[in-house]
Amino acid sequence: MSVRSSIAVLGVLAVVGLLVFGLLSKGSSGLEVGDPVPVEPLPRLKGGGSESLADYRGKWVLVNIWASWCIPCRDEAPALQSFQQRYGGPGFTVLGIDTRDLSVDGRAFVERYAMTYPQLRDGNGNAADEEYGTTGVPESYLVDPRGKVRVHAIGPVDEEYLREEVVPLLPEAKS
Amino acid sequence: MSARLALVAAVALALLAPAASAEGGASLTELEKQVMCPVCGTLLQLAESPQAQRERAFINRLIDEGKSEEQIKDALVAEYGDEVLALPPDSGFSLSAYLVPIIAFLVAAVALAIGVLRWRRGDSSGAPPRAGPGPSGEDRDRLDADLARYDL
Repeated sequence: MSVRSSIAVLGVLAVVGLLVFGLLSKGSSGLEVGDPVPVEPLPRLKGGGSESLADYRGKWVLVNIWASWCIPCRDEAPALQSFQQRYGGPGFTVLGIDTRDLSVDGRAFVERYAMTYPQLRDGNGNAADEEYGTTGVPESYLVDPRGKVRVHAIGPVDEEYLREEVVPLLPEAKS
Repeated sequence: MSARLALVAAVALALLAPAASAEGGASLTELEKQVMCPVCGTLLQLAESPQAQRERAFINRLIDEGKSEEQIKDALVAEYGDEVLALPPDSGFSLSAYLVPIIAFLVAAVALAIGVLRWRRGDSSGAPPRAGPGPSGEDRDRLDADLARYDL
C-alpha cells in the first residue's frame, strides 16, 4: 500500500473513530442501581470546604440533586426535610447537591425551606451530568453504607415514595 | 469636504466608543454577548428563561457594586465554571481552541503550496505523458477495420 493510500485510510479511520466515540459518549447511561456512587469532592454550599460521598461510607445517604430554579424541587423540599428530621442520625442522612445554580440562590432556597441536612454545590453541572448522568432535576439516589446505589428516583419524591421505597431499606427504620 | 469630515468623525467615534464604554465600567449588554446561560445552553443575550433572569440580576448587582467586566466574568466562572464563558480563556488547554484552527490552516496552506509546486514542476518538464501498453494485435486489427469502414 502506498503512502498516500495509507494516509487516506488513516484519515477515514480517524473520522469513523470520532463518530463512534461521539455516539458512545452520547449514549452513555447514568448511574444505575448497584453502581458505585461518584466520590469526587464537591464544595459545600455554605461554610466553605468540600465533601465527598466517600466521607459518608458506613452510612445510608439519600443524595438529592436539585436547583433553586427547579419548580418540582420546591415541591419535594418539605418532604425531604421532614424525612431528614424523622430518620436523620448516625446511620442515615439526606445530602443535597445544588446544581447549575447561583450559590446565593441556592443558599436562599435552603433558608426558605429550613433545610438542615448537608448541602454541596455543583455549579457547572459536571457532577450531575457526567458523574451521575442525570436527565434533569430533581433526581435522588439512595446510597448504601458501602457506597452503592440502591434506589434511583427520577423526578420529585414525596412522602409516600420515601415511605415505600426508602424506609424499608433503612436498618433503623426496620427495627 | 464635509463628507470627508463626516467620515473622519464617524471613524473617530467608532474608535472612541469602546474606550468610553470601558471607562464607564461594565455593561450588562456587553456582558450578555460574552457569557452563556449555562442551564439554557445559549448566549445569555438570547436566553429569556427564569435562570437567565437570575444570572442577569447577579450581573446587575455586581455592576452596581462597581465591579469591572473581568471581575464579573471571574465571579460568573466561580459560580458556573469556565463553561459560562462564550469564548474559552486564552490560557492553558483552552488556548488550543485558538491555536488548532491556525495550525490546521497553515498545514493546509503548506500542503496546497507543495501540491501546486509539484504539479507545476511535473507539467513544465516538457516530457510527454507516459504511454500505456497499447492495444493488442487483435484490437489493432479491429481498429484498422473500423477506421477503414468509416473512411476516416
